Amino acid sequence: MALLTWLKRHLVVLAGLLTLGYLLLPNVIVTVFSFNQPKGRFNYEWQHFSADAWKDPCGVADLCGSLALSLQIAFWATLGATVLGTMIAFALVRYRFRARGAISSLLFLPMAMPEVVMAASLLTLFLNMGARLGFWTVLIAHIMFCLSFVVTAVKARVMSMDPRLEQAAQDLYAGPFQTFLRVTLPIAAPGIAAGALLAFALSFDDFIITNFNAGSAVTFPMFVWGSAQRGTPVQINVIGTAMFVVAVLLVLASMALGRRRTRRKA
Amino acid sequence: MTTTLTEAPPPLSPTAPERTPPRRRGRLTPYWLLLPGILWLVLFFLLPMVYQASTSVQTGSLEQGYEVTWHFATYWDALSAYAPQFLRSVVYAAAATVLCLLLGYPLAYLIAFRAGRWRNLIMVLVIAPFFTSFLIRTLAWKTILADGGPLVGALNTLHVLDVTGWLGWTAGDRVLATPLAVVCGLTYNFLPFMVLPLYTSLERIDPRLHEASGDLYARPSTTFRKVTFPLSMPGVVSGTLLTFIPATGDYVNADLLGSTDTRMVGNVIQTQFLRVLDYPTAAALSFILMAAILLMVTVYIRRSGTEDLV
Repeated sequence: MALLTWLKRHLVVLAGLLTLGYLLLPNVIVTVFSFNQPKGRFNYEWQHFSADAWKDPCGVADLCGSLALSLQIAFWATLGATVLGTMIAFALVRYRFRARGAISSLLFLPMAMPEVVMAASLLTLFLNMGARLGFWTVLIAHIMFCLSFVVTAVKARVMSMDPRLEQAAQDLYAGPFQTFLRVTLPIAAPGIAAGALLAFALSFDDFIITNFNAGSAVTFPMFVWGSAQRGTPVQINVIGTAMFVVAVLLVLASMALGRRRTRRKA
Repeated sequence: MTTTLTEAPPPLSPTAPERTPPRRRGRLTPYWLLLPGILWLVLFFLLPMVYQASTSVQTGSLEQGYEVTWHFATYWDALSAYAPQFLRSVVYAAAATVLCLLLGYPLAYLIAFRAGRWRNLIMVLVIAPFFTSFLIRTLAWKTILADGGPLVGALNTLHVLDVTGWLGWTAGDRVLATPLAVVCGLTYNFLPFMVLPLYTSLERIDPRLHEASGDLYARPSTTFRKVTFPLSMPGVVSGTLLTFIPATGDYVNADLLGSTDTRMVGNVIQTQFLRVLDYPTAAALSFILMAAILLMVTVYIRRSGTEDLV
């Protein structure tokens, strides 16, 4: 009876933890299988423990090349989308102008469109233009679909900003440029950083749009996709695990840093 | 003293004659700020849609080139040839969305109200998988659902597979290469997109409302039905949209975890475009998918918007 009431009270917690397990189970599998020594070309069945892949993560042809290409594209796409998106976000929050509704819908549409539709239509454009598919077409596509997400992130932050802070700066004889650089930008920075982080993650992990518009260039997700057909090297799991661990450590470190800063302020 | 950056709220200090010149400059500023980004979207989002619409009514061949002939029959042919794939996309995506809501709600609730000092850690664990490529994580499901693996073995012993097999979700004693595997993959891949908006809207609820409801002798289940769930509707709406839309267009899960009998419309578009090179059919299919999604989203937002007010 006591067990039943306990269960009833903690049902939500149990169900939530089960879902969390469902979300994390594949990551556990990816990590465990990064220490596998598979028989044959595919790494789906557990055989023996081996750390060979960890000692030689670039041991598979083209793997690290594709990783480098993905990082490069993600870097430039993040930069482009963050600059353009921040400008749009400031315009939307700070100014009244015509065609505001149309611009908001234009920004919403790429987020409400299945990726395969954007991918296919962009490819028709490039084919009609006779553009050579590769690094540049992928970069163009990535900036396009990251833009709206950056705008959303930055807008939320700028909207909650107190405009009187900038007026105070101007009352203290700061020029518009100085005000922007020393007051506006630092306050908006967390929103811009969140937008940039989102853009980086979206661009780095994008497969569908990239697959349509990359031509013969091979990004990391495309390498993984290809290997699912030809045979999956253990090194893929090594890189997946490493990225997960680095991401968790970075987030935990920034959280600890933030906590220490607030404590010092208090 | 210029007020270029503060047009929206009424400026406090400067006098009228001083303000005139900067204001004229400020009138153009928003357009300059918008220009590059909006131009990018017009060139690489809107213009492609126009090209796609035009491609869908062209006829011709790859060798001789295509010409616009207003051949609308392509739409009818594509729709009748690929109706099962369209239907499958909608059914799988709807199933995955419902599953995401059922699985994601308790997790979002847990993070918002019950996690205490574990809240940040759980949030990190929800987001962190994003940093491992989703293709690698989807491939891991091949291991989890492997034929003769522990999970499938357990489901077999419990006779669950008999029931799902009878329903047509699985075939024989396999889970891989069946609709169930595809829906499971879709649910897994888009679950965070459900949890995050749900959490955001749950977190805004004042916990005192729960106490008030309890003080008025509402049982916990009544409190949930009459207070918590209605207040979380914005999160439910955006969460379902964020899972349903990408799930309908997805072809990765159907390809990696499914079989030829689980092909979705995304698979068809991909094959027609990249392998068969039948551009008009692919463009028509993609156009139909876009129109269908936009229609569903608009109706859904309207409906849920009015329900939200009640």
